Amino acid sequence: MFPSRFRYEAPRSLDEAIGLLGDGGDYAKVLAGGQSLVPMMKLRFASPELLVDINNVPGLAYHRTDPDGSLRIGALCRHADLEHSGLLKGTQPTMAQAAPLIADPLVRNRGTLVGSLCHADPQGDWASVMLALGGSVIAQGPRGRRAIPVAEFVTGPFQNVLEHDEIAVEAVVPPATGVRSGGYLKLERRVGDFATVGVAVALERSGSVVARAGIALTGVGGSTIGATEAAAALSGRPLTGQTIREAAELAARAAQPRTDHRGSAEYKRNLVRVFVTRLLSGVSASSTAERAA
Amino acid sequence: MTMVYDDLGDEAAEEFPVRKIRFTINGKKKMAEIEPRLLLADLIRGGVGLTGTHRGCDTTNCGACTVLVDGRAIKSCTMLAVQVDGREITTVEGLASASELHPLQEGFRQEHGLQCGFCTPGMMLAAKDLLDRNPDPTEEDVRWAISGNLCRCTGYQNIVKSVLWAAEKLKAGEA
Repeated sequence: MFPSRFRYEAPRSLDEAIGLLGDGGDYAKVLAGGQSLVPMMKLRFASPELLVDINNVPGLAYHRTDPDGSLRIGALCRHADLEHSGLLKGTQPTMAQAAPLIADPLVRNRGTLVGSLCHADPQGDWASVMLALGGSVIAQGPRGRRAIPVAEFVTGPFQNVLEHDEIAVEAVVPPATGVRSGGYLKLERRVGDFATVGVAVALERSGSVVARAGIALTGVGGSTIGATEAAAALSGRPLTGQTIREAAELAARAAQPRTDHRGSAEYKRNLVRVFVTRLLSGVSASSTAERAA
Repeated sequence: MTMVYDDLGDEAAEEFPVRKIRFTINGKKKMAEIEPRLLLADLIRGGVGLTGTHRGCDTTNCGACTVLVDGRAIKSCTMLAVQVDGREITTVEGLASASELHPLQEGFRQEHGLQCGFCTPGMMLAAKDLLDRNPDPTEEDVRWAISGNLCRCTGYQNIVKSVLWAAEKLKAGEA
């Protein structure tokens, strides 16, 4: 298999890349990691007329914490960079747990977090993680830069709100209002398969009270699902057997799973319940251990 | 090295220009004129003529086409050849020296890490990426590192042993 013919450009700056997209008309695509785009082009699900490869644009491969505590992930930061990141291990438990579960090691060496958000596959893991963290995407175009919350970034399967001449240059996680905890759990039939079910939990706590909670679900609906009611049930309250049960139940209700070759709708809904319970219980147990220590 | 393409006439040739790239493969410098849609796996197999890089599933699943680009293991069926302009590729043919097998290759021989051998080049290069990053891997690290490479013969047991054998050998060589 090979893609249909396209014009290829490899600009050396963002301005040049944005200019090319502006001239490229309706069917230009940005190539970053290419781990979804290239397979889609080979299958002829995508046949862009112009491919703008941003891999030679310097200064996009970073991930760093700003002085205000926000985390910034550049458009060329690969999944593997995040998987091996000491910064994430210390400061971003949900992301650190998700990174090694993205696709497989070979794909992680190439694919990018920002590209994964733009690709907007309803089964993408990063979208859930970033939704739970309340993150946003920074788009740059001829009219300047704008921040788009992840919750508003995706408009449907494989569709996002970027204008044709805009590039998603980075993803941002806002500073925490408390101590971060949480994680990402994913059931997959084998490495590299899409999630049967994935659950992202991101908590920020002051003492034993949850100051902010984010819960998002992968693979149990036509898009990434923000379980906002489940998260709201935790806000301002401590993690107890009771609050954990409530949140898990509300998250399971928010899921819209369909029966398919990966499992029945009932099974998937129950997995959401189990994963939310496990993640929250894990947080609760580790904070009890901290207090005891 | 010769690549042959459909002659589309002058107009189309202008619309989809052929690109000239320079790259290094297994230490040798090369130049090529390619269509941008050429996949890296095809540049390596059809262009350079190195057929140790296998084409398995062709759908980013199996890892048989794994090569190193600038030291990182990637699937060459899922990268455009035009993207290796200025970069360095290592294929399985680049592992051994003229007289000596690479410790990974020796490990696969010692520990019976292959049966049909189709996945082996990809396994070795995924393992090389691991050992370059982590010279002292656990069994779990090895299993994790080759989790993007499918083998339908061995059940992976002996592949894991082979990689661990190579890690020991490399460590002993450094000591």
